Amino acid sequence: MNTLTGAWDWLTDPANWAGADGIWHRLVQHLVLTVVCLVISCLIALPVALVLGHLGKGGALAVNISNVGRAVPTFAVLVLLLLTPLGKWGEGPTVVALVLFAVPPLLTNAYVGMREVDRSVVRAARGMGMTGRQMLFRVELPLSLPLVMNGVRIAAVQLVATATIAALAGGGGLGRIITAGFNLASTPQVVAGAVLVAVFALIVEGVFEAAERLAPYWARGPR
Amino acid sequence: MTAPPDDCLARNEWICGEYLSSRRQILLDAVVQHLQLTAVSVLVGLVIALPLAVLARRWGWAAGPVLAVTTILYTIPSLAMFSLLLPVYGLSAALVVAGLVLYSLTLLVRNILAGLRAVPEETRQAARGMGYGPVRLLLTVELPLALPAAMAGLRIATVSAVSLVTVGAIVGFGGLGNLIYAGMNTYFKAQVLTASVLCVVIAVAADLLLLGVQWLITPWTRAQRG
Repeated sequence: MNTLTGAWDWLTDPANWAGADGIWHRLVQHLVLTVVCLVISCLIALPVALVLGHLGKGGALAVNISNVGRAVPTFAVLVLLLLTPLGKWGEGPTVVALVLFAVPPLLTNAYVGMREVDRSVVRAARGMGMTGRQMLFRVELPLSLPLVMNGVRIAAVQLVATATIAALAGGGGLGRIITAGFNLASTPQVVAGAVLVAVFALIVEGVFEAAERLAPYWARGPR
Repeated sequence: MTAPPDDCLARNEWICGEYLSSRRQILLDAVVQHLQLTAVSVLVGLVIALPLAVLARRWGWAAGPVLAVTTILYTIPSLAMFSLLLPVYGLSAALVVAGLVLYSLTLLVRNILAGLRAVPEETRQAARGMGYGPVRLLLTVELPLALPAAMAGLRIATVSAVSLVTVGAIVGFGGLGNLIYAGMNTYFKAQVLTASVLCVVIAVAADLLLLGVQWLITPWTRAQRG
């Protein structure tokens, strides 16, 4: 219990919230990293997945990228990028690694979502004289939205986790509170940082869960 | 004074044969630690996940809470998970194993449960009609039929565990992750690249091994196709 009270004391000490190493600054870093990388990953993955899904090609590629991505340790990629010339460019390695790990789930989910749209619906749309573009944006995309959003959700949660590990390799974010705690051999600070990260991750998951429930019925998907 | 040796170690190159030969023992020890941490975590995860999935299948009301709790645990980033368990286990291998077990639980419970649920009701009724009791039904009919789905979960859990072990470097028990962490601090390129590649090799080898095991223990899935 001593550690828990210590962690509570650490969290409630205003001195730990202010400054460049403070909780607020780390929190904002974590949030900005997550959001920026999520936007970049979506811009890269979604157009590719939607076009491939529309054409019905490259499915094996998307799934394989996703499977290979799981086997590559995030931490190893972060350190490898850090040691390349990219490492001199501030948060560069972190952003590249984060995007690298967020693209596969986005790609796979969006592609699978597009392919799982009922083929007879697509044929009906074609029979109505819709062009490829109209079919993509008016039929396939709305119908595949639940799975596409599920991919975004998985990517977002993964980004939060990866941004935490990035602190091990010198990146910013809430993970830095944990690594700093390890360096100071201060278990209360380590636990306090871990609680902050865990709560942050659960809030991100919760926001997506809430968005899913509040979304119009056609965007919710089968439950 | 002798001139420093001009080999790839001195030039700090990414790929270095000299590194492999001179640090063979260190690499071997790291690989062994990596394999042990992964194997123990996944096995303990399996031992816990199996009864959880069976209970969730038997009593429908238990499925919701079991899935919810394991999913919440899965959401917590690995570095935070290891850190949260620090007061309980201290700086030990058990800390890393405990963290990894919690991660593998989600994947295993979900897949085993999905496999059990996919067993056709007719099959269960046929077995009951042949006089099978609930235990015999579970052991000889339901669990074997759930094997393909369970093995899929086991493969994902194992591959993820191999990659997550590296984060254990923060407490000094990260297998190859230790070498990556040390290599980062000393800017030792050959060590970082070698350890990273070995991680991927272990993950792929483990995946193929499990695929082979699955092929061996589910002969009926082959008969259908052939």
